[in-house]
Amino acid sequence: MSLDQAAVRRIAKLARIRVADDALPQLAGDLNAILGWIDQLNEVDIDGVTPLTGAAQMTLAWRADMVTDGGDAERVLSNAPDREGQFYAVPKVVE
Amino acid sequence: MISDFTLASARAALRARDVSSVELTQHFLGAIEALNPQLNAFITVTGERALAQAAAADAALASGDQGALLGIPLAIKDLFCTEGVRTTAGSRILSPFVPPYESTVTANLLRDGAVFLGKANMDEFAMGSSNATSAFGPVVNPWTRTGDNRPLVPGGSSGGSAAAVAAGLALGATATDTGGSIRQPASFCGIAGIKPTYGRCSRWGVVAFASSLDQAGPVARNVEDCAILLGSMAGYDPKDSTSANIAVPDFAAACRRGVKGLRIGVPREYRSDDMPPEIEAIWQQGLGWLRDAGAEIVDVSLPHTKYGLATYYIVAPAEASSNLARYDGVRFGARSNGEDLTALYENTRADGFGAEVQRRIMIGTYVLSAGYYDAYYIRAQKIRSLILKDFTDVFARVDALVTPTAPSAAFGLGDRLDDPIKMYFNDVFTVPANMAGIPGMSVPAGLDAQGLPLGLQVLGRPFDEETVFAVAQAIEDAAGFVAKPSVRAGG
Repeated sequence: MSLDQAAVRRIAKLARIRVADDALPQLAGDLNAILGWIDQLNEVDIDGVTPLTGAAQMTLAWRADMVTDGGDAERVLSNAPDREGQFYAVPKVVE
Repeated sequence: MISDFTLASARAALRARDVSSVELTQHFLGAIEALNPQLNAFITVTGERALAQAAAADAALASGDQGALLGIPLAIKDLFCTEGVRTTAGSRILSPFVPPYESTVTANLLRDGAVFLGKANMDEFAMGSSNATSAFGPVVNPWTRTGDNRPLVPGGSSGGSAAAVAAGLALGATATDTGGSIRQPASFCGIAGIKPTYGRCSRWGVVAFASSLDQAGPVARNVEDCAILLGSMAGYDPKDSTSANIAVPDFAAACRRGVKGLRIGVPREYRSDDMPPEIEAIWQQGLGWLRDAGAEIVDVSLPHTKYGLATYYIVAPAEASSNLARYDGVRFGARSNGEDLTALYENTRADGFGAEVQRRIMIGTYVLSAGYYDAYYIRAQKIRSLILKDFTDVFARVDALVTPTAPSAAFGLGDRLDDPIKMYFNDVFTVPANMAGIPGMSVPAGLDAQGLPLGLQVLGRPFDEETVFAVAQAIEDAAGFVAKPSVRAGG
């Protein structure tokens, strides 16, 4: 399956990455080369195989549902590009 | 001489008070100052902090403290969050990020008394096999071909860590491995490195690339040094839900077990007509050494090996596209403004991520998108199941596997950049261990005709790093690898 430039533009939009129009042909070429190579996986017989989601061969542990951390706004906000008081300042989201 | 120290011999000298941690630290800071402009192995050097840690270590040593790494200067891959010290993941988007917390792995090293020299360069978000994708410039391999001074890559993504250790800028370094990022640079730089079992080291505070594959581990001069470092880095951490609640054994003791009576598997699918004859020769040589040391060599089959790499290039980008969604310019990291919120996101991510990271995010976005999820992502997870089953079946018959680490020696800076898939093939022998979560170690076995190091890879059962260390140590003992890179700190 081959991605055309419109499809690549759609993927970039989903990924929230701006792509300039003149960069689209090269990007489409790169992505198609990778996807074309990945297509070899279609020859594997996967009937009845259970998908493996992770490498950890273990049951996830339980823990008490309680607050163990927090109340540290200054440290949390220490990397904020923009803030007002103890809050993140973000561009206007709702008109 | 300090430059001849291994981590183990430096530790003995510190405990005997033959050298102080301040002296060691000053030596390594001097070596970094002299050679880092050429190698670019460090993004950030924390000299003052290192000297303060060294002085504290000397005081503790004087009072008889025997911390496992007390006073030992290390490099820390810039993927590990270090409290109060900038952590970039090799990316422009994290260039302003100063973590307000310490990763569990680095906290464990500090608990044991280690001194941190600085943050090692790496491929952006650990995506790469040559360290060429770093936003802070490529790392140069301290090795060069005989009679040819053109710069070579150190491998990736832990290229800064590997180059720093090889050039004598640190006694050891932390690294991470998602598809080969510890083992391939170790092979390219003539040092040892182990990716332990998934779950052995906590991922908490390690900038995430592909969470079901990422695993931290050490690189160091030799196998025993890696064992000492892993003993400190590993351990259960309730803050990582995939961290294994399994006791950490004495890895250093395991190095001295020997291989007598072990069954070593040789997977026939790792052999190909394209393999350089020198790599085939060093592989056979390694198997011969193990046979001479009393191991039995067994031919085995891992039938889905050829699909490992393509499966990885669905699973890893899929997980990366989810993990890297957090970099939106709002709460931390670099921000590029836009006319509305969507434009802010898109501009931030276009300016902040390099080309390879953008490519992988888009591949991941595509394979997870409606209509393609089953065809790509679920299919890849099923093949991942088959790859794990291959290993499970084989480990019922053998104790470890031995293969080449990488299909080539270090290549030229700037080579293979035009073709992503060609670059991906660097990891063809290392990726399957990440898919299955099993431990894998690279150990230097010899030099090729051009004078460049070649590594052999030892793979083991889940949570049986001890056998991996024993086999790697046997290879190291037999190889007698003493060659040194052309760029190396002296004195």
